[in-house]
Amino acid sequence: MRNLDKKLDEKEIQSLANAGLDISEKERIASFLQSDDEILISKTLNPGVEILPIEEALEKYPWSSKFYGKSFQILEKDFPKDTKGGYFIWVKKGVHTYFPIQACLFLKKRKFFQKVHNLIIAEEGAKVYIITGCTVSYASQEPHHLGISEFFAKKGAYINFTMIHSWKEDTMVEPESIAILEEGATFLSNYICLHPVRKVSMYPTAVLLGSNSKARFTSLLLASRDSFQDIGSRVIFRAPQTSAEVISRGVSTGGKIIARGHLKAESPQVKAHLECRGLLLSSQGVIHAIPELETNYQDVDISHEAAIGKISKDEIEYLASRGLSREEATGVIIRGFMDTEILSLPQVLKKEIDNLTDQTVKKGF
Amino acid sequence: MPEYVLQVKNLTVQANQKVILKDINLDIEKNSTVILFGPNGSGKSALIKTIVGISGYKIVKGDIFFEGKSIKDLPIHERARLGIGIMFQHSPKVRGVRLEQIAHFLTSQEEKIKSLASQLHLDKIFHRELNFDFSGGEMKRSELFQIILQQPKLLLLDEPESGVDLENISLMGSILDSFLKEQKPASLIITHTGYILDYIQATTGWVMIDGAIHCIGHPREIFETIRKFGYERYRKCL
Repeated sequence: MRNLDKKLDEKEIQSLANAGLDISEKERIASFLQSDDEILISKTLNPGVEILPIEEALEKYPWSSKFYGKSFQILEKDFPKDTKGGYFIWVKKGVHTYFPIQACLFLKKRKFFQKVHNLIIAEEGAKVYIITGCTVSYASQEPHHLGISEFFAKKGAYINFTMIHSWKEDTMVEPESIAILEEGATFLSNYICLHPVRKVSMYPTAVLLGSNSKARFTSLLLASRDSFQDIGSRVIFRAPQTSAEVISRGVSTGGKIIARGHLKAESPQVKAHLECRGLLLSSQGVIHAIPELETNYQDVDISHEAAIGKISKDEIEYLASRGLSREEATGVIIRGFMDTEILSLPQVLKKEIDNLTDQTVKKGF
Repeated sequence: MPEYVLQVKNLTVQANQKVILKDINLDIEKNSTVILFGPNGSGKSALIKTIVGISGYKIVKGDIFFEGKSIKDLPIHERARLGIGIMFQHSPKVRGVRLEQIAHFLTSQEEKIKSLASQLHLDKIFHRELNFDFSGGEMKRSELFQIILQQPKLLLLDEPESGVDLENISLMGSILDSFLKEQKPASLIITHTGYILDYIQATTGWVMIDGAIHCIGHPREIFETIRKFGYERYRKCL
């Protein structure tokens, strides 16, 4: 990433790395980086993958405007039109990528309100991994991020989307994302938010329009003091033989987590499960699980389980008897609870995400 | 002068505001294997847990010395780091922590972990969260596995053979025996069934009744007497 150091200082580049950005680009097939409303990087190494700033894409590929806002129309929802920037990712028919595409949204200026609109299209039979890191400069103040993301997975396409949020105490964040799946398509979303944030609220939704399509949402959440995370995942089933899984793990060390989940079967022959587990480590913290199941068809198999607990004295003392201090024992249990195995990570990202999670959890305790 | 690993002096302990150990005195010499007998509820587990430092056992009188130093005010993990290891009778489920992780905390000798895990047939539970869906036998083998990796100077074994089938008792017995012979730690073992006596060379037997040590003798003889006559005979011994 040549010339990046002209725009960002070392500490800022490090925050980007901590949000999953591979500065070396060795293990990324395409990269996009936007700081506030300025596009710093947008390039691809694979002719099968197009990556562009959204405004440029709408001009270069007029057909793409048909997709702009389409997912919101499908849900009969409105969306903010005053966005500036965002990325366009287009994976051409049948193209499979091994290394992920990376996209980073960075907040730098004081009180800047970043509003972006992203559009991701995977053509028939394409298979793609995307990692997106959203983070802020240490120098920013009261930044605000609103990110709209629309995903279109066409027939048999596969989109694996990992999002790492790495904010700070004064950040307000409102992502809005909708994934539209055609027949046989797969959408896997992995969400990780372990750093403080003033408020993040989101309810990403997958709409399974085609039969045999499936969605999986997983989230690892850590809410420290004064952080508020209102995180949900919704799957709407509009075709038979569709399935989904929503799994979240939330730890509160003093912050508030609302873990929502909504499975809405608007078709028969749907199979889906919602699981939410919470670990409350402080009397200041709050975890509120709100799982919802909804259908008017008899022939569906949808279920949920939710459990909130604390770390028991017995667990801590057991580990202490093996020589781990209280802090170490707590750390190990939390790290274990924040099990990256529940995520649908590609092999290439697994180690990176594991290390990031290790570091964050260690720092927190 | 014999070298003592553990010395318990005039120890009186309360749990739930009730005295459960009364004025206990005992010494465990280096490289000795002591068997603690006693009826249910006599305070055997309480003694072991007090030595380890488990909460809920309040020392109201007396002291515990490990290698000559008082440990009664040390937290559990510091006692463990000094060289006290416990094999729990009932170990809790530890959500999110896998047996393999604990193993790596206890030692960095990868080869040793591998070979001991395979000797103890732990492959099935090695990557599982601790004590989740472990059978009775698996739980005990996992405990033995951990304590051997920990290499303590004092082993406290709370009914190592309860809930274990005969085949596994023999496996665990021989592994424990070779550990005791090679590493020469001191050990204090609670047993009800006495099966473990067939595999290790115990040096001393104690009988605990109602929170006090009543008799000291040869472990095999004590065990035979208990089998024939029950614990009543040992009430007089004091």
